[in-house]
Amino acid sequence: MSDITALSASELAESLTAGDLSSVDITQAHLDRIEATEGIVGSFLARSETALDTAQQSDDRRKKGEARSLLDGIPVAIKDVLCTTDMVTTAGSRILEGWIPPYDATVVRKLRESGLVPLGKTNMDEFAMGSSTEHSGYHVTKNPWDTSRAPGGSGGGSAAAVAARQAPVAIGSDTGGSIRQPAAFTGTVGVKPTYGGVSRYGVIALASSLDQVGPVSRTVRDSAIIHDVIGGHDPHDSTSIPTPWASMTEAADTGARAADLAGLRVGVVKQLVTEGLQAGVKQRFDEALELMAAHGAEIIEVDAPHCEYAVAAYYLVLPAEASSNLAKFDSVRFGLRVTPEGNPTVEDVMAATRDQGFGDEVKRRIILGTYALSAGYYDAYYGSAQKVRTLIQRDFAQAFEKVDVLVSPSAPTTAFPLGAKLDDPLAMWVGDLTTIPVNLAGIPGMSLPMGLDPEDGLPVGLQLMAPAYEDARLYQAGATLERLFFERDGYVVSSRTPEVV
Amino acid sequence: MSEMTPDAVRHLAGLARIALSDEEVARLAGELGAIVEAVESVQSVATDDVPPTSHPVPLGNVFRDDVVGETLTTEEASAGAPDHDGTRFRVTAILGEEQ
Repeated sequence: MSDITALSASELAESLTAGDLSSVDITQAHLDRIEATEGIVGSFLARSETALDTAQQSDDRRKKGEARSLLDGIPVAIKDVLCTTDMVTTAGSRILEGWIPPYDATVVRKLRESGLVPLGKTNMDEFAMGSSTEHSGYHVTKNPWDTSRAPGGSGGGSAAAVAARQAPVAIGSDTGGSIRQPAAFTGTVGVKPTYGGVSRYGVIALASSLDQVGPVSRTVRDSAIIHDVIGGHDPHDSTSIPTPWASMTEAADTGARAADLAGLRVGVVKQLVTEGLQAGVKQRFDEALELMAAHGAEIIEVDAPHCEYAVAAYYLVLPAEASSNLAKFDSVRFGLRVTPEGNPTVEDVMAATRDQGFGDEVKRRIILGTYALSAGYYDAYYGSAQKVRTLIQRDFAQAFEKVDVLVSPSAPTTAFPLGAKLDDPLAMWVGDLTTIPVNLAGIPGMSLPMGLDPEDGLPVGLQLMAPAYEDARLYQAGATLERLFFERDGYVVSSRTPEVV
Repeated sequence: MSEMTPDAVRHLAGLARIALSDEEVARLAGELGAIVEAVESVQSVATDDVPPTSHPVPLGNVFRDDVVGETLTTEEASAGAPDHDGTRFRVTAILGEEQ
């Protein structure tokens, strides 16, 4: 057996079934890899102390023929935005330093019920506000491809962990691109499911009408199998979709077996292929379109004119909802408390706590959201932004009358240097223009690697988008494309990730 | 639109219960002014005939069966609190002297 950490979750599951490897073997290999690389990459905020015990229990079950699922015994990294009863949960914020939640998020419960082995909690921008993981209240995560560059954000920890082979799969959350943009920056696969497809219960809320939890992996199929584990209706989440879902794994397998893309109508969203694209990103995107066309896909240019207003609408909807959601951090029920001198009232304590506990980006967005929601400005800002959502949804609905999937680059650039955008919040935000419309419309989106930028050698991501409820389409088309890229290039992007150590 | 003056920022910070320092207020006034200008473009297409979307997937009111569920114990609920007396969260004075 070659290096265990180079195997996909699907391959590891086969080895477990065949008895070639035990969960303890697999878990130990990933713990060793974390030990060797974590000082450089910094993917984790907390590491599980019980991973090997959990792995041993999985092996015991399997020996008795009682494996809970095909994935029983597979390690997983979990973004720190999801509540875990056995690990500190902070959402990357100092205001929750040391907090251990009294319950598991539904997604975490489902992972445990399927026998997966949580390795730790991954770093993120504080409360998922950011696109580089530099806004974490704890430390900066480095991109395994080039440690002077950002891994993307907010889920830079999950993406870096999977890229650096510290974990075969991870869980992320995506409010405006926080799964897909880090996937693009690290040469991994990431999926934002249809809004309501995966439970938000126990996920520390950023913007409730945009947040969605999804998988991070090195292959399309691995994201599919994790999606099947974590997806489905949850009565604890009132926005959870009650209808049953198709198997994403079957969709991925169908796509992987398909001879070509014959009959697939692929729409190119004109507004998401902007002049601001990095040259290498544009080149790889054009080549991907050529590859699709050469294998039977019909490429159609489509208009989504209101995507031009998506970033503006997003940065009203998100701060408005975040300012409400983050009101719960009041120094009373959980987290930090800072008591000023003298005889402070509870409000003085709250205000001092929130000033010390929140970072700059969080304060900026809370104040902006408070403004957007305040009397006299509500209609002009939050109300107008909600109307733009309607217009963007209509644009997508019209586009999907003509095509089966939409495509764009996942991000306008490859991974940018650490610190490059820290002084200019607007510059950081504009980088999300390719991913944000998907969240505003509630549709599913996937990022998968489509090659390396010929200039900087860094991974470039292709974004696939499908109509709401049609997540399976992403996996089917994604798996075919993944194979076509491999046949064209002779390697998969993730296999070119530097060793780090 | 109203200008993002330091006083406006201080007022908003008061509403949001964040005790910003003077230095933070000055910096945010500049940043938020530029940001508000950038996001104002939404108004140009948000005409009266467009209905707002609060939520991307249409779902009606969602109810669950009216049965007793598994809830947290008092001990579990208070375990993460900065200060409590076993059954209640403990805080400083609710009202200040001038109230």
